Amino acid sequence: MPHTRQIKTLDVMGLNKTFGQNHVLRGIDLSLEAGEVVALMGANGAGKSTLVKVICGHHNADSGQLQLDGRDYAPSSAADAIAHGVVTVHQSIDDGVIPDLDVATNLTLDHLTSPGAGVFIKRRAMRDKARAVAQSMGLTMDVRTIVADLSVADRQMIAIARAMARTPKVLILDEPTSSLSATEAERLFTLIDKLRDQGVAILYISHRMSDIRRIADRIVSMRDGKIAGIFDTKPLDYEGAVMAMLGHRMTEVDIDPQPGKTPILRLKNLQLRADSPAFDLTAHDGEVVAVIGLLGSGKSRLADVIYGLHPVAAGDMTLDGDSYAPNSAGHAVKAGVHMSSKDRATNAVIPDFDIANNMTVPFLGAFSRASLLSKRKQRRATDEMIDQIGVVCQSNSDGIGTLSGGNQQKVMIARWLLKPCRVLLLDEPFQGVDIGARRDIGRHIRSTAQGRTTLVFCAEIDEALEIADRIIVLNEGALVGEHINSEIDLTELVTQVSAAKVPA
Amino acid sequence: MQNDRLLTFAIRYGFLILLAGLVLYFSAVASGFATPRSAAFILQSVAITGILALGVTCTLVVDGFDLSIGAVATSALMLSAYAMVILELPASIAVLLCLGMGAFVGLINGLLIVKFRVPDLLATLGMMFLLIGLQRIPTQGNSIATGMSLPGGNVAEGTFSAAFLWLGRHRFDLFLEKLVPVPVVVFLLIAVLIWVFLEFTRHGRLMYAIGSNERAAALVGTNVSRYKVAAYMISGMTASIGGILLAARLGRGDIASGNNLLLDAVAAALIGFAVLGAARPNAFGTAIGALFVGILLQGLTMLNAPYYTQDFVKGAVLVVALVFTFYLSAKRGASTTS
Repeated sequence: MPHTRQIKTLDVMGLNKTFGQNHVLRGIDLSLEAGEVVALMGANGAGKSTLVKVICGHHNADSGQLQLDGRDYAPSSAADAIAHGVVTVHQSIDDGVIPDLDVATNLTLDHLTSPGAGVFIKRRAMRDKARAVAQSMGLTMDVRTIVADLSVADRQMIAIARAMARTPKVLILDEPTSSLSATEAERLFTLIDKLRDQGVAILYISHRMSDIRRIADRIVSMRDGKIAGIFDTKPLDYEGAVMAMLGHRMTEVDIDPQPGKTPILRLKNLQLRADSPAFDLTAHDGEVVAVIGLLGSGKSRLADVIYGLHPVAAGDMTLDGDSYAPNSAGHAVKAGVHMSSKDRATNAVIPDFDIANNMTVPFLGAFSRASLLSKRKQRRATDEMIDQIGVVCQSNSDGIGTLSGGNQQKVMIARWLLKPCRVLLLDEPFQGVDIGARRDIGRHIRSTAQGRTTLVFCAEIDEALEIADRIIVLNEGALVGEHINSEIDLTELVTQVSAAKVPA
Repeated sequence: MQNDRLLTFAIRYGFLILLAGLVLYFSAVASGFATPRSAAFILQSVAITGILALGVTCTLVVDGFDLSIGAVATSALMLSAYAMVILELPASIAVLLCLGMGAFVGLINGLLIVKFRVPDLLATLGMMFLLIGLQRIPTQGNSIATGMSLPGGNVAEGTFSAAFLWLGRHRFDLFLEKLVPVPVVVFLLIAVLIWVFLEFTRHGRLMYAIGSNERAAALVGTNVSRYKVAAYMISGMTASIGGILLAARLGRGDIASGNNLLLDAVAAALIGFAVLGAARPNAFGTAIGALFVGILLQGLTMLNAPYYTQDFVKGAVLVVALVFTFYLSAKRGASTTS
């Protein structure tokens, strides 16, 4: 190594990794410096997760070299990687915390396994230690709270706090904000700033441009198992990074907002909670309405109410003019209201099923005669949807787990397009979905929008701008804004989304 | 690549090849093994266990478990004897009573699990205890047979009717005279029914969906509670059928019989996971699993292995099957997904 080059905290050189015939990493070179946040971008299937898994000791590389502080580093297991100071916070939060134990135990868990920890637990000492860790992270909850009782965001912070308790040299964050609200994400960013100042090298994996804009010192784009571009001259070239990741120019989505025609779904004096203000909302045939709001704004609650999972606190709903009061998902589906749920891993994917069965599961009745399933009908309908929405797969009998996140999401949405419906609800359809798949989904939703009304519930404003004719803003259970999607006053929109107090 | 294919092949057909190998081996070394009579004997020995195992398979499919099947079977055994010997009811009523009892127990199990949120293992464990105790109360802990003296000083005069005993003892002609016993026919019939139900109907498919991701299944509009209760009712009914056939074979309400039914049935269902690399509960696998144990025990017995080694053999088969299922299939899973 030439002496002009300073020793990096982590140096990845010529990394290769194959799974079967699938060449996932093709000669990756990447270096992380102390006190630097590197954002890693890449479409699903680009090899980001595999790269992370090699660095954190889950996989062995086929060839190539890793160096940590200039010394060879070849972690044999996740524990080994942690012992070397390479700590990863995985996307799925519950991998990072033990839900049934309290915060204090979670934060000090690693000390329990360290040698010389003693047999008995010293509760007071443990709590003090945990309190110190929590404080340094800006966490204010009682350390005696059981983790399962905390909000998703707090659990995520605990997972990160646990990682920090190990005083890492390298911290890898895999989509840490995917379940955080904007304020919570900001808390995380403040923390990341602090860690950067302490000289931690941070690899930050995210799909969210807003995150990357906020914290990245350098952007590395990956595509097809290779580094497609490194962007480190200020100001950072975000568009270039996205282009490098996609391999083509990011085309702005052109939306010509359609005015609503026949009303389909009407909400009258609807109250989401007993103490939240009532609002009206009408969704029309052929219209795509985006409902945006932070976590806790009531947008997921609204989706659940329309889908019959929660009773309304007060008010009425009508569907095509008839009173509509669903009491279960089954009831809603029968009435022609379909919902693709958020958090597909928990709420939508049936892991043991292949693509065809996953897709057709809501409408098995339509694919069977006298209850006997017609495999042929199932497969044919699935193949049609696979073509239309562009699922990348070998065949309709691939296990759902073999697909990338974006493709899984396409299957989950296609599931609800198999049969015509009156109302299509999409709750966080772009969660953990790369930009390419996101565009595919958006295009398909818009092109099939006639004959139903579509409500898309999303956390990100740009997602809403990409898909909607009309944007509704919820804030603490109240409807605080409504915009036709052309020449929107973005400042106003952002203020409405994030305003702390609802104007009375 | 070569290795991958070999592994996939081993996972898929390993167990069936092992079964074929066993049959060939026993045919070669144990004279009289490869005869219709011996085959019928094997089938008969596994028929009742197999029927129970098929029921428990349905509960396993919805990610549940039914520990009460053994107790339901012995309860059906005692109930049928009580109905005919003490209450002197006809066989048809006795059978209906037993089936109704099985369905009712299944319903209670299901409601405990679905409505009262009692974990499946605990609910059915409680039910198991309750039934084991309950079946002893009417007879004060005694077995039931014609001529037994009743608490009132009378003598029980009812008998197991010929029609009822037919269920356990009649043998149909097939190639040979009086070859196939009724319980074997019932077993095969139930196996086909449950197989078709689970594999080819939308109800079966939804039950698998519930077992794989209950929340997702509920969110696509499936009535999860109803399917779960149905699974326990199927399990209760099949267990009571097993009990009826056992009673018909024994011809008395023997309080001590049926001790092994639960464990044998569960073992068969779990061995079934390994068949064709399904790695999940399935009716075909369960039937093969039951048969596998039967063939192994029959062969070993003909080779003069002592009876007390039987449980050891069953345990060994189960452990091997579980390794097949969980270790090898997990390996395959790891190599196909990145």
